[in-house]
Amino acid sequence: MNGRWAAIAAVTCALALVVGCGGDDESSSSGSGGVKAPEGQKAMSELGKGEGQVNLVAWAGYVEDGSTDPKVDWVSDFEKETGCQVNVKIGNTSDEMVTLMRSGQYDGVSASGDATLRLIAGGDVAPVNTELIPNYADVFDALKDQPWNTVDGQEYGVPHGRGANLLMWRDDKVSPAPDSWGAVFDENSPYKGKVTAYDNPIYIADAALYLKATQPDLGIDNVYELDDKQFTAAVDLLKKQRGIIGEYWSDYTKEQAAFTSGDSVVGTTWQVIANLLEADKVPIKTVLPKEGATGWSDTWMISSKAKNPNCMYMWMNHIISPKANAAVAEWFGEAPSNKKACAETAVKDHCDIFHAEDEDYFSQVAYWTTPVKDCGDDRGETCKDYSEWVQAWTEIKG
Amino acid sequence: MAATATAEAPRNSAGRRLAGFLWRRPKLSLGLLLAGPIGWLVIAYLGSLAVLFAASFWHLDTFSGQVVRGFGLDNFQTLVTQDVYRSIVLRTVLIAAAVTVTDAILAFPIAFFMAKLASTRTRALLVIAVVMPLWSSYLVKVYSWRIILAEDGILNWALDPFGLSGPGFGNVATWLVFSYLWLPYMILPVYAALERIPDSLLDASGDLGGGAGMTFRRVVLPLALPGVVAGSIFTFSLTLGDYITPQIVSSTQFIGNVVYQNVGVANNLPLAAAFATVPVMIMILYLLVARRLGAFESL
Repeated sequence: MNGRWAAIAAVTCALALVVGCGGDDESSSSGSGGVKAPEGQKAMSELGKGEGQVNLVAWAGYVEDGSTDPKVDWVSDFEKETGCQVNVKIGNTSDEMVTLMRSGQYDGVSASGDATLRLIAGGDVAPVNTELIPNYADVFDALKDQPWNTVDGQEYGVPHGRGANLLMWRDDKVSPAPDSWGAVFDENSPYKGKVTAYDNPIYIADAALYLKATQPDLGIDNVYELDDKQFTAAVDLLKKQRGIIGEYWSDYTKEQAAFTSGDSVVGTTWQVIANLLEADKVPIKTVLPKEGATGWSDTWMISSKAKNPNCMYMWMNHIISPKANAAVAEWFGEAPSNKKACAETAVKDHCDIFHAEDEDYFSQVAYWTTPVKDCGDDRGETCKDYSEWVQAWTEIKG
Repeated sequence: MAATATAEAPRNSAGRRLAGFLWRRPKLSLGLLLAGPIGWLVIAYLGSLAVLFAASFWHLDTFSGQVVRGFGLDNFQTLVTQDVYRSIVLRTVLIAAAVTVTDAILAFPIAFFMAKLASTRTRALLVIAVVMPLWSSYLVKVYSWRIILAEDGILNWALDPFGLSGPGFGNVATWLVFSYLWLPYMILPVYAALERIPDSLLDASGDLGGGAGMTFRRVVLPLALPGVVAGSIFTFSLTLGDYITPQIVSSTQFIGNVVYQNVGVANNLPLAAAFATVPVMIMILYLLVARRLGAFESL
């Protein structure tokens, strides 16, 4: 643990104390909730020659070769340099990505935290030897060796980028400016019918995050490890919230349209949506509320059945290289994972806008991860797993 | 002449022999003709339904999240015991019924005008006008409605001077959009049914002293009813199975949304399959009733 890491831990601890929960140092590293990787998996020890191609599963906007927009291209150079032809299959949800990876036809995937553990536990991805990836050294320390990309000290991928889910409001319609998630959970909100929320079971964690701060007696520590009592409280809160929701948003264009037209005036958002709205001169403001926020951190992983492992390693090195990492972070609207990427962005203050180097900012972020039955602490296997989250979400929407 | 004939005969002989062979066996040739379509129906249509039905008895292993292929009624128990699923089924069926009734009321006058009153030229124009919306993309139409119904949309702008405001995004919006989307599917069968009613019957009713209302109730409606029921099969089943429109113009959940959520997000195929059998059952009942009302002769 180097000095910086210790500082982050200290900040996390201080925050935990402020919001009045008895978390300790161990809690963050137990996030993998007892996930076991299959035995006998070996990381590659030596990089060979490229196989001539690589097959990827990725989020839309993560692998661009200029066919979407001629100016947006960080693939062609890679293909020229390495001779690895890049083929990409877009995954629309984390679950689709897991299914695609299980087919064994792909070499690698850009997985979010709510997919990585499932892939590791299922033996679908192989450990990664980060020594074969020179650019890994420049990745922010706070992204390395995290519960969603590392199991038992073994890395399973390279961090791609991260972002936080923020609270956004229409500055001309909401006053005073909110600084708490209470703005979207208050049953008597003056903005009833104009409140929005993210239409996904993982949003239950946002309610848990708010309860963690406002109802300390529930003893919520990790918002993805909820036992029966905590889970019920979060679901009840969301059922009450249903009454003031105008509409939920599931893709970013829907929220963009709703805030532009004024159908939604306050709710959770991604940085990229806020940027798009600001570009359209919609008077919106965002804040990372005082309770903290949920967020996401994506990881490039290599399939355990990869047919083109050398090209995949080269790709993992390329996508976190300063230039490519800067390009993808700007195109998608997220914080890059490579420290040196900040000097390469076209918009000079990109890293400031997305808080790439602001560890205080990200220490308040609870990254998405897959809820599993094992709570990862002395509560044992009493936590709600993801399928129960999904069923609860159906009930909440009614 | 004779030389050319003998030169051509061998070229066709194989095909001719086959033709002759099939001509002598009409049952075989009919079987070969229908093998494709029937094979498609049995394997692709009924086969997928059978797989769906089988999958609805499986369950999810809570630890690994993998599907366990064993018999069990857990899914159906969940569906019956949890109120939320019942209210989703009820909502879906009610909106589908409301859409059907709305479309029937809107379609009848248009269809009647097209079939009985319009000149040939106007009729052709009207048929094109009715079919025209089907040429444009479903998504474009639904998103246009989103713009119409939005807070700063055209509907609120038009209603504002009267101190009113539109329904916003919700159940009413879904009902409106579905009614718009499926209207052509109602107009066409009703039009076909009305066109088949001979004008002489209407004249006869008049001659016997039947007024306009009486003629409509006792002559036109009974004869056109199979057409209305045929159209209602489309409007009802299309609404019942849709999940995209509710997602775009509201946050209400239809049966389809829950199925989608369970397959796509939760990977819980068995529960999705169990819930998907509900609209299948509803449609089977609906079609049985429709058959009694003679709808299939009007399709």
